[in-house]
Amino acid sequence: MALLQITEPGQSTAPHQHRLAAGIDLGTTNSLVATVRSGRADTLSDADGHHLLPSIVRYRSEAAAIVGREAMAAGVDDPLNTIMSVKRLMGRGIDDVKHIGNRLPYEFVAGESGMPRIHTAAGDVSPVEVSAEILKVLRDRAERTLGGELAGVVITVPAYFDDAQRQATKDAAQLAGLRVLRLLNEPTAAAVAYGLDRSSDGVIAVYDLGGGTFDVSILRLNKGVFEVLATAGDTALGGDDMDRAIARWIMAQAGISDDADHRQLRRLLRDACRAKEALTGQELVPLKIELADGSHWEGELSRQQLNELIDPLIRKTINPCRRALRDAGVSAQDVHAVVMVGGSTRVPRVRERVGDFFKQEPLVEINPDKVVAIGAALQADILAGNKPADEMLLLDVIPLSLGVETMGGLVEKIIPRNTTIPVARAQEFTTFKDGQTAMALHVCQGERELVSDCRSLAHFELRGIPPMTAGAGRVRVTFQVDADGMLSVTAREETSGVESSIAVKPSYGLTDREIETMLRDSIDHARDDMQARRLREQQVEADRVLEALHAALSEDGAVFLGPDEREPIEHAARQLAAARQGDDPRAIKQAMEQLEQASADYVTRRMNANIRKAMAGHKIEDFE
Amino acid sequence: MSNGLSDNYFELFGLAPRYRIDKNALEERYRAFQHRVHPDRYASASDQARRVAMQQAAQINEAYRVLRDPIARARYLLEQRGHVFQDQQQTHQDPEFLMEQIELREALAEVRSQDDPLQSMADLMERIDQRVASITEDVARLLDRDHAEPAADAVAAVQRMQFLRRLSDEASELEVELQEELGDF
Repeated sequence: MALLQITEPGQSTAPHQHRLAAGIDLGTTNSLVATVRSGRADTLSDADGHHLLPSIVRYRSEAAAIVGREAMAAGVDDPLNTIMSVKRLMGRGIDDVKHIGNRLPYEFVAGESGMPRIHTAAGDVSPVEVSAEILKVLRDRAERTLGGELAGVVITVPAYFDDAQRQATKDAAQLAGLRVLRLLNEPTAAAVAYGLDRSSDGVIAVYDLGGGTFDVSILRLNKGVFEVLATAGDTALGGDDMDRAIARWIMAQAGISDDADHRQLRRLLRDACRAKEALTGQELVPLKIELADGSHWEGELSRQQLNELIDPLIRKTINPCRRALRDAGVSAQDVHAVVMVGGSTRVPRVRERVGDFFKQEPLVEINPDKVVAIGAALQADILAGNKPADEMLLLDVIPLSLGVETMGGLVEKIIPRNTTIPVARAQEFTTFKDGQTAMALHVCQGERELVSDCRSLAHFELRGIPPMTAGAGRVRVTFQVDADGMLSVTAREETSGVESSIAVKPSYGLTDREIETMLRDSIDHARDDMQARRLREQQVEADRVLEALHAALSEDGAVFLGPDEREPIEHAARQLAAARQGDDPRAIKQAMEQLEQASADYVTRRMNANIRKAMAGHKIEDFE
Repeated sequence: MSNGLSDNYFELFGLAPRYRIDKNALEERYRAFQHRVHPDRYASASDQARRVAMQQAAQINEAYRVLRDPIARARYLLEQRGHVFQDQQQTHQDPEFLMEQIELREALAEVRSQDDPLQSMADLMERIDQRVASITEDVARLLDRDHAEPAADAVAAVQRMQFLRRLSDEASELEVELQEELGDF
């Protein structure tokens, strides 16, 4: 209930101690954590000085999971228990996973609610649990480095992540004991890292070419408001494709047949990747390839040749750039800064071609692997209240259209893609049968016309419609998407007022029971630790609430509250202060809820006054 | 209203309910609103404050979207004045306009087979843009007349805008396709 902290533009929030916050880039291949210290954002390293944490988790029977480099090293010998690229599985259903899973060696089993689980030596684990293991390591790293508990984190997600993938990411954070201040789109984070939010107004393009995915976003900066105008991309295009193109070329040169064994192919890909990296700094790289019979083939790869090999791939990234520009309603000439993200943007040819397309030198000064985490840290610092927020505001869009299934398996779009969030939009549907008393709603996300081509997010039903003739029942369906891109849907029959509202739990999200089980499991591992942590969390929260309340009351309590109205709030506050001294986190939580209830009207009045202030001081045209 | 905001989008942004609006004032007001109500301002706030902030931000986003978009704004004004749009039923359009539409669509269909498709595409886009500009001018004139009834001529003009919007969307889709196939990259 820092509720009551309404920030005047240009002023800082109510005074409080510095809260520890971190930005996390939860990547497909590597993950990073960054924080702002003494005004500077930087990534944090482990004890050995490594900043990048390989996003790899190895499960063992009767022992804790291992994450990162050590897990990667063991991966070769223990592939089935070593989970890589789990980000590709986040928010996916068992059917999707079979499709993606062709390239992954894991044994999948269907979990509750259709979410896939991976069979390992430590039992079946879900992608959410695997991600939580990675997040825990980053959390520990941050807390050890900063010497305290994190008050909250900003976690980045690809701009194209759909609702289910975002929900899965949040679930993983919850499981790792992290409070998510905001999910932030990766390209936005990158632009923030370059301080473009403080530069002059204009249009910014963020080009993000990672190991296995590509996306491009067009942002507009206007007087401190950062608006994502459009995003586009290709979820199966990246540096790995370059390695494959180089490997194929080597095979043709060296006369290696297509049916070479797995081990040799792996070596080839590794050599291809090394050659690509070497050609970042030099014009020619010698190649020495071991053949199946133990002999060697020797040759060389020139940068010129490399460029020819990868040009078709780079061209495939330019098309989404065009689409994003078109969707944003701007042209390449309007773009005043191009930000490069992802390890594959180190390839000189990529920089050159992207520069040609946007007709300017792209920004490459910040390490393209770290830039997203750094931007997330800067935003986390602001959201945690350590910095006057007025400096920057990030307005995101939804990457994919949201709609409902209508007759004939077609999708009716209710919120089109690239709409600024948060957003609420309603659409009316009529009953189609005489005496119809229920209406089933199937919520979908995607750009295609057919339901079968879109991602299914949720099914739900509005019951209790009074029997009417067909077409007489009018059902108003309202979609609401919050600032994290999370969706909730309500349905209301207009003539009778029958209402059904659900927070859309994505079809492939976790059921509450699954979350509970997982939380219990993790508590079993470290019960005391967890209990103590919860208590401290609630105490910190209670302090914050009380601090904000008292600040608010002394500021304008007399304005918004009558004498009779003030006492119940003060009473609830005293109760909370008492509970805070105890050691029961649930009692503190309850007291906070009661205080929240007691001050509900007060909060609303303050918020409304806040809005009126935004109106004031502007020239208002005369009404005619 | 529980979220403290006016239901009327023009009123919300302190603008007169006219088609021609001060776009700078609209943008400036929008930013001022967002600075106050965006949910990021309430990242550490209570659930209730976050909910109110989100509702306010959502309503402001929706109002801004409608007022900023030339067609959505025209439709909104007409609806405010009592017109009920029924999109299945198109009003009668004059034959001259329909002929022109057919001709533009034919031109679009033939772009691909021209000697220089990218150039003829660019020429056609310019033609469409000019038509959009002139019809927008019509709409503004018809909607901002002294008497503010939902006159049939204004409704028809708005529908002409919608025709052209669809054509323009298809054209820019084709333009991107052509650039992908034939562009320098």
